[in-house]
Amino acid sequence: MFSILAVDDSPSMRKMVSFTLTGAGYHVVEAVDGQDAFEKAQTEKIDLVLADQNMPRLDGIGLTRMLRENPKFKNTPILILTTESSDQMKQAGRAAGATGWLVKPFDPSRLIEVIQKVIR
Amino acid sequence: MAEVQSAGGGADFDLSQFYEIFFEEAGENLDQMEKMLLSLDLTQADDEELNGIFRCAHSIKGGAATFGFSDVAELTHHMESLLDKLRRHELQPAPSMVDVLLESADASRSLLARHQAGGEGDSLDTSDLVRRIAGLAAGQAAPAPAPARAPAPVAVVAVEPAVSAPLDEEPEASPQPAAEAPAPAPAAPPGTRSLEIHVGPLERPEQAEAVRELFRDIPGLGTIEALPSPQPDMRAFAVETASSDEDLLDLFVFHVSKEQVRILPRAPQEPVDPDEIEAQAAARRPFGFFHDAPGSPIASFGLFEGAPGVPEGAQAGGAQSEQSSASAPRTAAAPKSAQTALEASSIRVSVSKVDQLINLVGELVITQAMLAQNSQGLDPSQYQQLMSGLADLDRNTRDLQESVMSIRMIPMSTVFSRFPRMLRDLAGKLGKKVDLVTQGEATELDKSLVEKITDPLTHLVRNSCDHGVEAPDVRIAAGKAETGTITLSASHQGGSIVIEVRDDGRGLSREKILKKAVERGIEVNDQMSDSDVWGLIFAPGFSTAETVTDVSGRGVGMDVVKKNINSLGGSVDIDSVEGYGMKVSVRLPLTLAIMDGMSVRVADEVYILPLSSVIESFQVEPETVSTIAQGSQLVKVRSDYMPVVALDKTFQVPRNGDAREANIMVVVEADGSRVALQVDELLGQHQVVVKNLESNYRRVPNISGATILGDGKVALILDTGGLVRRARY
Amino acid sequence: MGVMGKMDEGSAKGAREYLTFRLDKEEYGIDILKVQEIRGYEPPTRIANAPAFIKGVVNLRGTIVPIVDMRLKFNCDQADYNSFTVVIILNLRNRVVGIVVDSVSDVLELSPDHIKAAPDIESVIDNGCILGLGSIAERMLILLDIEKLMSSVDMGLVPAEA
Repeated sequence: MFSILAVDDSPSMRKMVSFTLTGAGYHVVEAVDGQDAFEKAQTEKIDLVLADQNMPRLDGIGLTRMLRENPKFKNTPILILTTESSDQMKQAGRAAGATGWLVKPFDPSRLIEVIQKVIR
Repeated sequence: MAEVQSAGGGADFDLSQFYEIFFEEAGENLDQMEKMLLSLDLTQADDEELNGIFRCAHSIKGGAATFGFSDVAELTHHMESLLDKLRRHELQPAPSMVDVLLESADASRSLLARHQAGGEGDSLDTSDLVRRIAGLAAGQAAPAPAPARAPAPVAVVAVEPAVSAPLDEEPEASPQPAAEAPAPAPAAPPGTRSLEIHVGPLERPEQAEAVRELFRDIPGLGTIEALPSPQPDMRAFAVETASSDEDLLDLFVFHVSKEQVRILPRAPQEPVDPDEIEAQAAARRPFGFFHDAPGSPIASFGLFEGAPGVPEGAQAGGAQSEQSSASAPRTAAAPKSAQTALEASSIRVSVSKVDQLINLVGELVITQAMLAQNSQGLDPSQYQQLMSGLADLDRNTRDLQESVMSIRMIPMSTVFSRFPRMLRDLAGKLGKKVDLVTQGEATELDKSLVEKITDPLTHLVRNSCDHGVEAPDVRIAAGKAETGTITLSASHQGGSIVIEVRDDGRGLSREKILKKAVERGIEVNDQMSDSDVWGLIFAPGFSTAETVTDVSGRGVGMDVVKKNINSLGGSVDIDSVEGYGMKVSVRLPLTLAIMDGMSVRVADEVYILPLSSVIESFQVEPETVSTIAQGSQLVKVRSDYMPVVALDKTFQVPRNGDAREANIMVVVEADGSRVALQVDELLGQHQVVVKNLESNYRRVPNISGATILGDGKVALILDTGGLVRRARY
Repeated sequence: MGVMGKMDEGSAKGAREYLTFRLDKEEYGIDILKVQEIRGYEPPTRIANAPAFIKGVVNLRGTIVPIVDMRLKFNCDQADYNSFTVVIILNLRNRVVGIVVDSVSDVLELSPDHIKAAPDIESVIDNGCILGLGSIAERMLILLDIEKLMSSVDMGLVPAEA
């Protein structure tokens, strides 16, 4: 079973994502912001990271950068959730080493589709 | 269940189970936003604060859009745009912005409340707020745009035609969306194109209907009318829109793929500045819809080609490959500083769980008391271990109880938090200048008290602002500072919490109060102490205000305040010096649920008195008791006479033929007065768990609650305040 | 002892289960879903100035519950308190309350065709609180809207003015 780290400072979004993913057969580890996610990633088995961009303490792109510095997460898929899809955002994401992005708000079934493209 | 707009059709996913979490979360974000807006220093706006406020709006927008509350999403989207400009320093903060953002926060609250209640009735019209926000957002031309924003022309090009309009004036030719637009808007926004759109071939032609709905649901997108179908499996529409072809395709693609859509011009159109279209489209950034557009510049999801984590041979999915550009600027996405509104070290617990826990601990206290009682007769030398175990149990239970009660304790800051905003609005309305100072915010009180203390405190603060603090010119004439100060403070004193509302206003006028009392037929005399005179204002209907503002002064306030506080087991006192100000002190017991009690016997029944109200007790000597009119009696205690309340008579306790042996008097004090309760026997002092009588029964006069004794039986707790009042009036 | 609501496998459509009890010579039925448990009678703590039929309050595992003696309220001939006296603890929308009755019989399932409307007869119980008359075998049951009955002002549990 794949393990997904779901990071979002909004409890309702986090719960929704967690529910959607567990319903699809994934194991979900929740984190409330980038800092929390980074700490949890050290000890949990993680196959994919799904992170909101706008978060306090450490945002999605910051988290991506920090994870990529760790050999354990060199190739882990990291998807950033964002409400913007500007070129600037994408470039920053890419530069940080993110695998891809997903625009919010999204349809829960779309989320699963996207994840399935990345981990199978 | 709240109504759902069509924000994505995931048929297998019922998002409504997350609504409540979202409502709560959005409420907190709004509280936080309001707090930060009020404390924002407009001359030196703190970056972190601006970011924080932005994130609040952003978070609400995201959730609202995801869960289908498009009215909230729209409003917060505009707030977010304004806040985005502020945090990027493209705009200077101004009081009018704070005002409109505060008002918008209020409006968002109303919109959310409506959804939470089921979505009945008309939605609040937010178009005016939206206009004002947009006006402010555009009103000040940005300084040289930050280089990082180069790709998007928004910052450079004047977005709205109303850019030259001064702040706060409504822009004419409003490009702002009408709330619902089934009919074509009277004045088409500039840059509108007339198009003919063909959709098909479709497996299910109804899919095209969804396209039409887009125009209905997205404000400002444009208008759409059906045209005769060119083929059975095709649909055609006449569309007026300012959006670019790409934008339209993006939107449609949720319902129909790009290959199925053909966009044709319908009438000759003027060449339009593509930058301006882009700018306007960006300004009316569509949200709440899911795009999937291969090859589109505004993609909904995408994988970076060659990025780590992309599986071999995976399609780049929904986007064109993103070439890493050497000139890609490093954006300031550095980890934010440690400032965080999030406490990751606390957990949410439902109130009912806490109450249950408290109940169970209460049960434990009762059982432990029973054990203690039953073991009293045992020979300590024989049962040494048992006795020592019971002593430990006693201590542990006490500690557990304290711990558990403290769970329900929350800081006064939650009560105080509403006052800055309230006072700001109120002072503004009354034309007064008032500063609010709070002290002791960390002082804790029981959750149940918090809810009940808020109304009385609100009234007191309003009173101070309305009647206490004088108008600026009056203050200056009196040699005071133009801005008055209202101080809210909270502190623990003994077993109580003391909350004070102080102002440096005009204070109470002894003369006026006495005069008013006489007018109302209340008996007064010149020898009355100041505090007695101030106490007169608690009489119902009493108000010395010359004009009745709609805020306070109708005279319904102070007596209700006093009654409310008394019913919580507390007391109110007033202190004032004319010309200098006034202080109202509210004293409340720290917790309602556990009380030190004295149990007394009346015939075969046991009653409990709150120990805090017991002054003393003594054996009755008949010479000290005198009977006056109507059978009431007085007892002389040292040099004071006080009324006697015979509990067996008050509660009609049956004596079953036994001789009356009511020989003990217990002096209790409440509301500043004393009476002597006549009982048969004093049984002892112990802590009792207070149970509510009204939850399953009703309010009983002279009884404030019930408790469960060590033997499992119920004993009633006396309302000493009620008894005292009865005896004296 | 507790009464557990059981779902009958072959329930007829629209049938409901009723707890039946006796007051004097009449048999009554109330919706089983409103019954929390059945207990023996223990002398409650008296509440001064309450109507005679409100015997007082008891401790039900930490909750204070008022006890209403229906036999006194409805002027029955006898109101004894002995080891057979039964108290039905009701869990109504806003409150938990206990009622003293003569005896509890059983739980019956009645479908709508076993129930007919109550004729407008002289009864100690306000007709508005009677759901209908149920008949099964030789028994006739007066089906009560116990929620409405206990919330009515003259039952003394609800304060007279709002």
